[in-house]
Amino acid sequence: MAEPILRLEGLNKSFGALKASDNVSLELYPGEIHALIGPNGAGKSTLINQISGALQPDSGRVYFAGEDVSELGMAARARLGMGRTFQVSSLAGEFSALRNVMLAVQSRQGSSFRFFKPVMSDRSLVDPAMDALARVGLEHRADVPAAELSHGERRQLEIAIALALGAKAFLLDEPMAGMGPEGSKALTRFLDGLRHEAPILLVEHDMDAVFALADRVSVLVYGRIIASGTVEEIRRDSAVREAYLGEGA
Amino acid sequence: MGEAMTRNLITRENLITLVLLAALLVGPLVAVALDETFYVTLATRIAILALAATGLNLALGLGGLVSFGHAAFFGIGGYAAGILATHAFNGEPLIFGLSGTKNMLIIWLVGAVSAAVVAAATGLIALRTSGVYFIMITLAFAQMIYYFAISWPAYGGEDGLSIFVRNGFPGVNTLQPLSFFLLCFAVLIVGLVFFAVLKNSRFGAALQAGRQNETRLAAVGIAPFRIRLAAFVISAMMTAIAGALFADLNRFVSPAMLSWHMSGELIVLIILGGTGRLAGPLAGACVYVLFEFLLGGMTEHWQLFLGLVLLGVVLFARGGVIGLLAGRAHHG
Repeated sequence: MAEPILRLEGLNKSFGALKASDNVSLELYPGEIHALIGPNGAGKSTLINQISGALQPDSGRVYFAGEDVSELGMAARARLGMGRTFQVSSLAGEFSALRNVMLAVQSRQGSSFRFFKPVMSDRSLVDPAMDALARVGLEHRADVPAAELSHGERRQLEIAIALALGAKAFLLDEPMAGMGPEGSKALTRFLDGLRHEAPILLVEHDMDAVFALADRVSVLVYGRIIASGTVEEIRRDSAVREAYLGEGA
Repeated sequence: MGEAMTRNLITRENLITLVLLAALLVGPLVAVALDETFYVTLATRIAILALAATGLNLALGLGGLVSFGHAAFFGIGGYAAGILATHAFNGEPLIFGLSGTKNMLIIWLVGAVSAAVVAAATGLIALRTSGVYFIMITLAFAQMIYYFAISWPAYGGEDGLSIFVRNGFPGVNTLQPLSFFLLCFAVLIVGLVFFAVLKNSRFGAALQAGRQNETRLAAVGIAPFRIRLAAFVISAMMTAIAGALFADLNRFVSPAMLSWHMSGELIVLIILGGTGRLAGPLAGACVYVLFEFLLGGMTEHWQLFLGLVLLGVVLFARGGVIGLLAGRAHHG
């Protein structure tokens, strides 16, 4: 098999007596969607935060695109191509959708220490940002401040930002949450195609989407990965059914 | 594209800025015609305070960095003017055999560079904190410089330092009140243009995004710290140049320019006028100086009334004067 783009090695993270990550190791390979599922409070977002650099693990390493990024901050990891979205959308609320995406284009182009040229008439920023918005179907909302977008639109916008960043891997934290059934279906189709651009680590509660999309599934319970395998293997796994899928799924 | 740019330039906010600037320019011209030079001094004061607050507005308004220590930079600019003028006057060399100067261009450069060094050093520490800690650390650094100035007898200590003859600018007779006003007015315009350009640039985009949501900024790969440090330094430089002009206006510089009252005053100007808005500091300075003049003549407790106005602004008009007149800020 090819080299993994993302590899976690024995991540541990505790908050007091609570073990949020318990010796978590996993890999994300090119071309795949690796779903991370688990009950609320299992430590999924905590794990995403440790991967993206928002949180430092107590121990363990994170390797990304062949580099040990464990000591790097969030911005440095993003520059290497980690495109993440947040469980609760995190955007520059006063900026329009377009300007939010332009920020990613600007970062990708290199220096933000340019003091004179106005951004709004800079085609090298506006055009790629518009393209990214169009890909998630948000181009008609380009001028709307992010804070005024609907819940679902904000999630689409976060994905557009990750696209504009030219991500080498996507870390998507519940991208379907708060979307209507139509939106979920459209996003499922979109992610299905996206995996060929860059692999996706997908945290998601929507089991229809997970089972439709995932090449592999890892199940996180109380900070531990209790099972990992293909969709079929996970469906059959008795421990998973007991711990998570519950009521005779 | 050209059309869109023109449309972007003719906004209500920009029109208000122009009207304010026109009023500030016409006032002293009329005053001179009526032989009321006092009003020229008043207008000069407005222009200088607006410039100082525009500097702070870069850090506070765009970057959300509530510096409660910008008096330090204002005072450093003032002392640059005072100290260089003193040495030019008495002929004693300053350091390394360098002499003083009465040339404002050199004074501004020295003031701005000194402020930049202090801002970089203090910013390196202060910017590792945020919120109320940032406010307190910037205040603490400014107070250190304030007490240093008080206890340094070479340049007047507590009594301050007089500038016997106002410093000069090539081609301008700065001794004439109207000429000095026009000089300050021109520097204010340069400052405002610089603010507007910076706000719309890539740097400005990153700085403002960091204020709105620093996690978002980091998630697109831009580390907020360096952006903020640069903004803090630039902000300090502009405020320092205003400080040099202020010392020249009063022909006097004292530790009062470095005190926390001054830092508070600059913040008040911004909040009154409109935080992060181009003309916010200018509108705030107009309101502040006019209040000081009109009510200060009637009662020495005029700041009580200013306090009430400030309370009203904070409670009912968050956007300040500019917010009331031009509506909410638009970010393209």
